[in-house]
Amino acid sequence: MSRIFVSGCGAVSPAGWSVAEMQRVLAAGQPLPVQPLARPGWDKPLRMRAVPAPAVKPAFLAHPRLRRTSAITHYAAAALLEALHGLPPDPARRLGLIVCLQSGCVQYTHRFFEEALADPATASPLLFPETVFAAPASHLAALLENAPRVTTLMGDPGTFAQGLALGADWLGQDRVDVAVVIGAEEVNWLRADALWHLEHAAVISGGAGAVALCRNPDWSAGTELVAVTQPRSYCAHRDRQQAAAAVRGDLAPMENELLCDSLGDSPRTDAPETAVWRDWAGPRVSPKRMLGEALMAAAAWQCVAAGAAVSAGTHPSAIVSITGCNQQAIGVRFRACPGPKDSRNICV
Amino acid sequence: MMFPAPPLPTEPPRVVVTGAGIVTALGRGWPANAAGFRAGRTAFRAVTLFDASRQRVKKAAEADLPAQMPATRLTARQAARLDRASALLLLACVEAWRQSGWEAADDIPVVLGTTSGGMPLGEDYFRQAVRTPHRHRHQPTRAFHYQAHAQGRIVLDALGLGGTLSLVSNACASGTCAVGEAWELIRRGAAERVFTGGYDALSQFVFSGFDALQALSPTSCRPFAQTRDGLAVGEGAAMLALETLASARQRNAEILGEIIGYASTIDRHHLTQPQPDGDTAFAAMTAACATAGVTPAEVDYLNAHGTGTPLNDAAEAAAINRWAGARADTLPVSSTKAGIGHLLGAAGAVEAVVCLMALGGQWLPPELIADPPDPVCRFPLVTRPQDARLRTALSNSFGFGGVNATLIFRRWA
Repeated sequence: MSRIFVSGCGAVSPAGWSVAEMQRVLAAGQPLPVQPLARPGWDKPLRMRAVPAPAVKPAFLAHPRLRRTSAITHYAAAALLEALHGLPPDPARRLGLIVCLQSGCVQYTHRFFEEALADPATASPLLFPETVFAAPASHLAALLENAPRVTTLMGDPGTFAQGLALGADWLGQDRVDVAVVIGAEEVNWLRADALWHLEHAAVISGGAGAVALCRNPDWSAGTELVAVTQPRSYCAHRDRQQAAAAVRGDLAPMENELLCDSLGDSPRTDAPETAVWRDWAGPRVSPKRMLGEALMAAAAWQCVAAGAAVSAGTHPSAIVSITGCNQQAIGVRFRACPGPKDSRNICV
Repeated sequence: MMFPAPPLPTEPPRVVVTGAGIVTALGRGWPANAAGFRAGRTAFRAVTLFDASRQRVKKAAEADLPAQMPATRLTARQAARLDRASALLLLACVEAWRQSGWEAADDIPVVLGTTSGGMPLGEDYFRQAVRTPHRHRHQPTRAFHYQAHAQGRIVLDALGLGGTLSLVSNACASGTCAVGEAWELIRRGAAERVFTGGYDALSQFVFSGFDALQALSPTSCRPFAQTRDGLAVGEGAAMLALETLASARQRNAEILGEIIGYASTIDRHHLTQPQPDGDTAFAAMTAACATAGVTPAEVDYLNAHGTGTPLNDAAEAAAINRWAGARADTLPVSSTKAGIGHLLGAAGAVEAVVCLMALGGQWLPPELIADPPDPVCRFPLVTRPQDARLRTALSNSFGFGGVNATLIFRRWA
């Protein structure tokens, strides 16, 4: 079996456009302020944690393929490039991209359907292609130019961990040299409205997270992927709590291990995971509580936070518990390994 | 554990198909579809599922749902809530499942391809959210069930499964990629059996999208014809029960065919337009042949992506010419989208079943078009029903975003 290392991480979140900014907010332990999100037809706004505008306009936005893209692709591209930033340049390096989405390109989906309902004859042909789930992955592949293998996975947030396992498999079969798994979501009122109907207490947010995996230990950022549990699908004979418990059973605890869970602001939704991990006595971080409910992006933040904590030497290992909203529970473990040969520490 | 994965087998196991289910506008089930594809029937009609009166094009290939769905393990409440996409998927699942002879288990992964999941539910959600913002009835159910993994969970519950559920969304290559990923799961020793396929229901959103792009044919879908003027949209689902040959033999299961090759590539040329020379389609076919250990000379039939749009068919024809070389002069090619339209996320899975039908029945699926083929096509188009000796078939699927995927099938005899 080949060992799989984390060569870099990237994050865009309501905390800012980098892993470091996200980690600062998580370390502070204070939820970011909630902002209003106007909901047409309602006096009372919905609630969100918005991604701030970047301090400097990202250079990648000048790429022709990214001109018409919406926020989800901007977030994904920024996270991807941050995750790859520390790798030595090599145009021959084969990159694999696995883009994981739950809601996907809701901004253009909303706009296009609004136009189509109003008058199909004038609905913009430019919008429709950008609504496709595969659009962000396509743009990222065009941006990188050396990604021979690209796929888009859909599902609940646990799908991000499935993506890590798929990336490890591509590496294990020598199909790519680096596999980057990206989770991304964007905000608009329609998505927030849907979330409100499922869980009033949730605070919507958006962003992206990326984890770059490799087999070459020289590219390691000091973190190794050691386990992705079997996903425990919710089904007629397994509810969310049973699934979460099975995942915990798959992850025997280690000393001073960090738990990075998927708890948010929704007591009802969080109840199964809360119950399963109630007796956890070790260190723990809950990114969604600070950053908001960003679905697939939030699962990516969990993995980035876990990887970054290990990479920084704060913890010798970290586990990620993702108790997805309506598909599966799944777990991931990272542990420390010999780090980069130079001083760069590309996960923090 | 998904990772670390089991060690790669020294020799990848052979993967066979022991169950297949299909629903298209040609009908429900293998017999109706086999008869339709063999005859080259077309199944387009005026759209009834939504108001298409203001669209440029008003026809599609709608599937007919039965008055009563087949009995499954779904609760009465689940069965009553089935959306159109779930119903199509479930029909294909039940047929494939019964044919496979499999029983409920927790170790059968399900890999599905779709482009839009439960989009019709999402449309209902949108209309109500905009038009009556203070009315909440049905909205939580729609918000939950419009997501693609909700349809996947229906499959798990209907059949008593509890294994991994994965959803691939590589646009119109989704179905082929799902079957290919399932094939790879078995080949690398991660599973002995996988239930896989693709589905998509007709929706106003997608129909309007292709219409806005002026990609829909205002006349009729005529893939590779010189006068072609666009695609037609359809809906449907297909599912395949894949397992190792050893498993199938141990069960003494009926084998419908073998999958021997798969590959996917990415075309970075444009979000919606293929690279004009079909370079990545060529690469997908070449790589799939390499995994299968076959040459173009050994391929007896090619089920093309063949949407009927000027750009797709020209690029695909160029790719086929280049890939096939001298074999192009005699290789029978057709696109079954001429009869059932473009099924988007279901297309690749449905066309996989069509290839199995053709291999099993020893016939070529025709596209009954009278127009002369585009001169770029060096290969003969199958334009009339005919029997043929087939051992190996290749199926192409290309998607918005640029994922190109190819599957290769072998007759089981």
